Amino acid sequence: MFTAFLIKYAEIGVKGKNKHLFEEALAQQVKYALKRCEGEFKVTRTEGRIYVHALSDFDYDEAVDNLKTVFGVSSICPVIHVEDEGFEKLSQTVVEYLEKVYEDKHISFKIQARRARKNYPMNSMEINRELGGAVLAAFPEMKVDVHHPDVMLHVEIREKIYIYSIEIPGPGGMPVGSNGKAMLLLSGGIDSPVAGYMIAKRGVKIDAVYFHAPPYTSDRAKQKVVDLAKLVSRYAGPVYLHIINFTDIQLYIYEKCPHEELTIIMRRYMMKIAEMIARDNDCLGLITGESIGQVASQTVQSLAVTNEVCTLPVFRPLIGFDKMEIVDVSEKIGTYETSILPYEDCCTIFVAKHPVTKPNLNVIKRHEQNLEEKIDELVQKALDADELVIAKWE
Amino acid sequence: MEVYLDNSATTRCFNEVAALMTQIMCEDYGNPSSLHRKGVQAEKYVRYAKDVIARNLKVNEKEIFFTSGGTESDNLALRGCAYANCRSGRHLITTQIEHPAILRTMKHLEEEGFRVTYLPVDEKGCIRLEDLERAITGETILVSIMHTNNEVGSLQPVAQAGALIKRMNPKILFHVDAVQGYGKFRIYPKKMKIDLLSVSGHKIHGPKGVGFLYVDEKTKIMPIMFGGGQQNGIRSGTENVPGIAGMAKAIETIYSNLDEEVDELYRIKKAFVEGVRKIDDVVINGHPDETGAPHVVSVSVKGVRSEVLLHALEDKGIYVSAGSACSAHKPQPSATLRAMGISQELLGSTIRFSFSIFTTMEEINYTLQVMYDIIPMLRKYTRR
Repeated sequence: MFTAFLIKYAEIGVKGKNKHLFEEALAQQVKYALKRCEGEFKVTRTEGRIYVHALSDFDYDEAVDNLKTVFGVSSICPVIHVEDEGFEKLSQTVVEYLEKVYEDKHISFKIQARRARKNYPMNSMEINRELGGAVLAAFPEMKVDVHHPDVMLHVEIREKIYIYSIEIPGPGGMPVGSNGKAMLLLSGGIDSPVAGYMIAKRGVKIDAVYFHAPPYTSDRAKQKVVDLAKLVSRYAGPVYLHIINFTDIQLYIYEKCPHEELTIIMRRYMMKIAEMIARDNDCLGLITGESIGQVASQTVQSLAVTNEVCTLPVFRPLIGFDKMEIVDVSEKIGTYETSILPYEDCCTIFVAKHPVTKPNLNVIKRHEQNLEEKIDELVQKALDADELVIAKWE
Repeated sequence: MEVYLDNSATTRCFNEVAALMTQIMCEDYGNPSSLHRKGVQAEKYVRYAKDVIARNLKVNEKEIFFTSGGTESDNLALRGCAYANCRSGRHLITTQIEHPAILRTMKHLEEEGFRVTYLPVDEKGCIRLEDLERAITGETILVSIMHTNNEVGSLQPVAQAGALIKRMNPKILFHVDAVQGYGKFRIYPKKMKIDLLSVSGHKIHGPKGVGFLYVDEKTKIMPIMFGGGQQNGIRSGTENVPGIAGMAKAIETIYSNLDEEVDELYRIKKAFVEGVRKIDDVVINGHPDETGAPHVVSVSVKGVRSEVLLHALEDKGIYVSAGSACSAHKPQPSATLRAMGISQELLGSTIRFSFSIFTTMEEINYTLQVMYDIIPMLRKYTRR
């Protein structure tokens, strides 16, 4: 029965002169999300709101599910819109609407009319009163409650008349593309996809880098990361995923440095490489899924040592999250099941039994000098062999 | 160079099999149950397949039931017979080294109130007939023993087991999972006292998604799927005509020249085993000679995790299986290797090489050379 959606947004509304940029980005993302749906839609921006008009038959549940993935949307209101054919006809339409949408009529309601077209013969107060009367006449068991109604029935008089009463919460945040681009270090784990999701939610476009280590990690592990990137792209839009072969670098570090420092030195090189790729691709920051104290390489000391190699800002949206909180988000966004597939990733293959938990930057740097002979060449080789996959939700 | 040494997982389809199937799918695509000419034509393929298989096993055509593969054949045999014969007793016997299609089905039957004895194996992966004899009770209704083990290639004494079972109680049903052995050995159920025999198409250069179950005509069995009543009601569902005909074609091809093919497989196995023995600290599991299957060699390479060796070989174009699928997060050590008493250290370092008639000596030499090159390198970098 619904023929359109009214898309409401919260945070963008308070922006200043650049508000239209945010609105334009949101409209773009809404269009992108609807491209995946059956049916044809027209997206229009009018008077501080976005309307989606269905131009053909469409699958209501599918459209709502996809609109719920658009950052910047605070709520989605399914709407019916009708021509203005006089007040009599409008009352009839409102009654029919309530008849269809609410099975149980033992509810309280309030009519909230808005007369955007000022030449309409009645003012908002009159419309509220008259429509309220018509509803009560049709459904005597319904009650008016102007303070806390169960149903707030909006009637907006514009060129056409829009009627809606349902508000489906959206994901909030800001439209992707309104806030630059950053490079996500994507592993096969639970945390990094969630980190990417959270930064994308603030309007940041996401590129990603994955380090694989054949033959120690398999093609399936790589496929898993591509799948995770696709899941993130459902919210973040197409993700350009760079796949870097890390084996030679890892083995070289293994050969030349103390074993308990392997992971932390590896992490430093991953950050370095990620930053190089980030700069080549106009990314303004790095994103990691780190959370303080989760593993040896994520103690405050370790984070400080890892962070030291970067000059771009590193965004760590999960830094204060407990594991269970991260799991909750990953379940909500649908990455959890893929994340827990049991393929080894390159961080775990040679991990020491007792890796350093309080690394000292000077000591680490001194040991990294053992790598001087070949490391630059190996890093360059890895960058040259960068394999690019465009992950898209379809 | 691409070298496919994972033929126990699945095999390349023969060209003539694929050609026949294309013909059936695109031209002779009728439903064998249809009354018109198109149906009769399709039915001919099914009859041709039954004829090929019945001759090959020296059994009656009506004792062949087509299924979707080894797993369904095993399920139909175990569940179909357990349910149909539960009034005679509720005890079943199998081995610890069966394929999951048997082991998981047995677990399910245990949940349904059957009692199951799992026979142990020796260090080479073979059951002992004394254990079988001791396990049989007055309550026993079915014994299921695989012909050839899929992980180490050990051959089970099925003929002797059949004789023993029938001597003790002719009413006990004897099922043999021959998914790995069929196409390598001549198997005659009547002589070997086998009542039910499971076979899969894609392990013998036929298509995936098809197999058969031989059921001796005197066997009491009930269906586990219900529908249109095809195949005497034992296995409803429109026959997979291209699959069935393709499998029959593969059987014809293989058995037309079986002795030479098996000799060649043993020659390849021997050369491979000799080559592998030149590597330090490797263990060959099961029977490295002609007392084991001709197409399977299980190798434990000390100090190298199987997954790593598998991917390192893959990198050189060589495809094998990890004898035991282990990952850092979810160790799933193989039931067969554990039952054989392989040490914990070697469990996670076991690789299975399996050959087919497409395998060449050149491929074996290449594989050995690659192993000589990469194993010392992989041993250098291990988890300390």
